Amino acid sequence: MLAFIIRRLVQSIGVLLAVAFIAFAMFRFVGDPVNQIVSIEASPEERAQIRESLGLNDPFVVQFARYVGRAAQLDFGISYQFRQPVTKLLGERMPATLELAFVSAVFALVVGIPMGVYTALRRDSWLAKLFQAVSLVGVSLPTFLIGILLIYVFAVTLGWLPSFGRGEVVRIGDWWTTGFLTASGLRALILPSITLGMFQMTLIMRLVRAEMLEVLRTDYIKFARARGLTRRAINFGHALKNTLVPVITITGLQLGSIIAFAIITETVFQWPGMGVLFLQAVQNVDIPIMAAYLLLIAFLFVVINLAVDLLYAVVDPRLKVSVRAA
Amino acid sequence: MSDAMQDRTEPPAQAEAAPAPGWFARMMDHDLMASFLASRVTVLAAVVTLVLVVLALFAPLIAPYNPFDPAEVFLIDSLTPPRWQAGGDPRFLLGTDDQGRDLFSAILYGLRVSLIIGVLGVMMAAAIGITLGLVAGYVGGRVDAVIMRIADVQLTFPAILIALLVDGVVHALLKGASREDTAFGVLVVSIGLSFWVQYARTVRGSTLVEKHKDYIQAARLVGLSPVVIMARHVLPNVIGPVLVILTINLGLAVITEATLSFLGVGLPPTQPSLGTLIRIGNDYLFSGEWWIVAFPGLTLAALVLAVNLLGDWLRDALNPKLR
Repeated sequence: MLAFIIRRLVQSIGVLLAVAFIAFAMFRFVGDPVNQIVSIEASPEERAQIRESLGLNDPFVVQFARYVGRAAQLDFGISYQFRQPVTKLLGERMPATLELAFVSAVFALVVGIPMGVYTALRRDSWLAKLFQAVSLVGVSLPTFLIGILLIYVFAVTLGWLPSFGRGEVVRIGDWWTTGFLTASGLRALILPSITLGMFQMTLIMRLVRAEMLEVLRTDYIKFARARGLTRRAINFGHALKNTLVPVITITGLQLGSIIAFAIITETVFQWPGMGVLFLQAVQNVDIPIMAAYLLLIAFLFVVINLAVDLLYAVVDPRLKVSVRAA
Repeated sequence: MSDAMQDRTEPPAQAEAAPAPGWFARMMDHDLMASFLASRVTVLAAVVTLVLVVLALFAPLIAPYNPFDPAEVFLIDSLTPPRWQAGGDPRFLLGTDDQGRDLFSAILYGLRVSLIIGVLGVMMAAAIGITLGLVAGYVGGRVDAVIMRIADVQLTFPAILIALLVDGVVHALLKGASREDTAFGVLVVSIGLSFWVQYARTVRGSTLVEKHKDYIQAARLVGLSPVVIMARHVLPNVIGPVLVILTINLGLAVITEATLSFLGVGLPPTQPSLGTLIRIGNDYLFSGEWWIVAFPGLTLAALVLAVNLLGDWLRDALNPKLR
């Protein structure tokens, strides 16, 4: 078990280093960092001096090591556009994105699981067929189109919900702002979370449906039926419980992509999160922000992945055996 | 066309005696044809796809106006609603956009651009993925490890994020060139570099199986070079599943193009693609000009839905487990 954890840790660090290398290569070779810092009139001597002081004359490996060292201390340099530390810029916007991602994931689970169970148990009812059709549309419609549609219906036509921004936010501690504590903040969360969570919801629904159908065919369900257990106990106590492990895994793994897909949702709803910042960085070739965002997503993914793997090893005894055998 | 297929499957004795028919032959097998015709949804999806592809291919012939030609842009008539609405103009079936372009024509040309970028992007992804997958599977060892590690790391990121990054980096490297000239190529490259992993993994998996079969050993004994063996002997036998991924990925690629253009990092607004049209339309949503976003949006949704349905069907039909 310990060997498994250590191997996983080493792999994770390897992934992070690889991503850091890409981030650093972007940072170093796309555009000249000196040009981004000095004014146009700077003399060659001044440039050379800045070049030296930034350590750009050092060997590549040394520079990379320095970059990794700084990144480990959450120092990602200064944004070319804003002339402010990247860490501060990202930190300011992180709560907005994380809250949006969290609500989306909850929405996807709370709506997706019951829909999946229903479509599996009542396969031939019209409602199940409707859910199936909706899930197909949910997978096929691009995120931004769903957002535009929701805005048109609920904000423009009906005027029920706001179409942009976070509403009023409350500051908690030094750097966290939350929209959970005000009515306008909660209302502002509804449309973006549905937009962002739609894809994951359909994914979870399809997954739960497929898993349920598979589990309902197994011998222990037949045995439970033979024992005369109530339908409810069989469906929820036995079948659903066994489908939830993969569902939780997938949801965990999807969290990283929810945060990345937030780029689109945030743009549609002008949500002041990290995604919009990243998009601005791409448009203006603000490499430090792009690199930091890349590393951040990789880090989140690696941590989630690791947690899921470890949980799995604890929960599923079969995995322990195969790990030992490997 | 169906006659030809029937002919092919007519002599059953010979077909059974033949050693495992190739993928293409199996696709043309009437089993698949039957499952195709049995599913009304699939037939409908195929018809929709076909209609959209034809519309896109013959856009210059079908479209009443050329949205690239300044002489056929009617700035005075900009933001005209669709023909059947109050204030509509009989000249413009679906109305006009903010630049006075006929929306119907713009959609046709946009569809064409979106489809071309999608197809080229997917083909580039497949080319990269197949090559790397073949090499990884056939050569094995350290080469395999390196290629698959890269694939693993890339899988960490959603394709759209990779596409955004590639887009940003390439535009930065091509600083001198204007966005108008490079956007098209950059989009294809972004899509190609975002979607290759799935092909590589699939091809590598099948290559590992094929590699140890007798015919490959024989080819090796004859003294063929590894490149020839990979291209002529392994490739035809591992290409089957790739075609399924191609279909499924086409929908994703079209979405990616539209998303990038919508986000403002894809095509510039002067070149209509479905994404740029939706982006323009989004700005006019609040002032009531709904048609600029609605019709391109519907076209995009129909295209992606139809292609996805076809892909799903193809995957299920070729999956022996589900038969």
